Amino acid sequence: MSKLVYMDHSATTAVDPAVTDAMLPYFSEKYGNPSSLYSIGRQSRKAVEESRQKVADLIGAKKEEIIFTGSGTEADNLAIKGIAMKNRAKGDHIITSSIEHHAVLHTCKYLEKTGFKVTYLPVNKEGLVNPADVEKAITAKTILITIMHANNEIGTIQPIEEIGRISKEKNIPFHTDAVQTIGKIPVNVDDLGVSLLSMSAHKIYGPKGIGALYLRKGTLVEPQMHGGGHERNIRSSTENVPGIVGFGKACELAKAHLPDEANLAKLRDSLIEGILTIKDSYLNGHPTKRLPGNANFRFSFIEGESMILNLDMKGVAASTGSACSSTSLEPSHVLIAIGLRPEESHGSLRFSLGRENTQEDVDLVISILPDIVNKLRMMSPFGR
Amino acid sequence: MTDGYSEKVMEHFANPRNVGEIKDADGIGKVGNPTCGDVMWIYIKVKDNRLEDVKFKTFGCGAAIATSSMITELAKGKTLEEALKISRGDVAEALDGLPVIKLHCSNLAADGLHAAIKDYMGKTGKK
Repeated sequence: MSKLVYMDHSATTAVDPAVTDAMLPYFSEKYGNPSSLYSIGRQSRKAVEESRQKVADLIGAKKEEIIFTGSGTEADNLAIKGIAMKNRAKGDHIITSSIEHHAVLHTCKYLEKTGFKVTYLPVNKEGLVNPADVEKAITAKTILITIMHANNEIGTIQPIEEIGRISKEKNIPFHTDAVQTIGKIPVNVDDLGVSLLSMSAHKIYGPKGIGALYLRKGTLVEPQMHGGGHERNIRSSTENVPGIVGFGKACELAKAHLPDEANLAKLRDSLIEGILTIKDSYLNGHPTKRLPGNANFRFSFIEGESMILNLDMKGVAASTGSACSSTSLEPSHVLIAIGLRPEESHGSLRFSLGRENTQEDVDLVISILPDIVNKLRMMSPFGR
Repeated sequence: MTDGYSEKVMEHFANPRNVGEIKDADGIGKVGNPTCGDVMWIYIKVKDNRLEDVKFKTFGCGAAIATSSMITELAKGKTLEEALKISRGDVAEALDGLPVIKLHCSNLAADGLHAAIKDYMGKTGKK
């Protein structure tokens, strides 16, 4: 088989060699604990704080507003449970959307079990939350609004600035899961008007196992991890120094690479144009308000996993929202929320492009996909 | 039971046997539900109480397609009585196992075959 054409960057990315190089010394050479007072401890502390600055710089935040976590999921948990528990006396109502990542949705479901009330706002067929719906859902008991910046499956970018203005007016903490957007589109916490923002390193060519929560000065959360008082007493755990250094480097590179994302959007549009020539194929999500690398399709009469396996046999890595590829047996909640019938959601296929993809890669996918779709349709009782 | 697909599953998925419909089928078994993501139609041709031909059309995942292909191989040439004894477990075993998650949802091929035979028996007045 020739080289792998990787088009699943929304799942994870390859660590940039410059990131690996930056991390390596912090395993066996500069291994000090940042809390230790002697020189190799101070060396690690310095590396952690320099990295914190780089993460802050990517999103227009202050260094002190960055709390390192073990993942994007942990950042979401810390934000949502942290705000909920801290503000229990003020209220018990949370507003979110029906297309959030499970890290947010399942955290909200958990809080419901403990007595909180959650409004799950609908989205339109392109996956957009209506800011007016957010405003209408606010009650005197609302303590948190959490709406993702861009959706991981269909790539739709939400009107976060507008929701930010509403939350500011009503003085309600506003959290956004920006795991899919940092390094892809400009993210500035002041422009967005958010008090909390979740990030992850492994989606931006950094290592797995490291994320961060932006916590605006003055916003208080109840810690979810108790221990030695690390990260301003908000997230105890000895700092993952190599991970933090890698995340910092990845953020620095992401900032430098941000202008290239416009080219990625062109590549994505070329893929969309090519694939939509296949009969009975449709684009899921918004035509323009979408992540530069995201192209999500659905094909009538066939099922996603069998498309993924066929693409894999040709050396192309992609993903699907079909239940058949997941462990839950439920069709994607995102595709259902945009109004697709379960049988339509089973025929979805997501390509998420990244830095190393080329027009050649796109042309290859456009050339092999029609045969795969035809082969599966010939096999399908619904095909023609 | 395995975590991923066995080589045998992938081989049947990549090169499915007996795909298509039988125009003048003696029995057709339709099982599954598009909402759940798996639908199988099994066609049979019967001669002298034996399955002379078995074909399938399937909408579904890798496991659904591989089990469909496998059931046609297992059933062809068998008597109706023998074919009715082929179980879901037999199909999974012949494929060197299926992922746990797929054992229920996608392992419908034996049901499809049985439904086709019952369709034939119903039409011909046998029971």
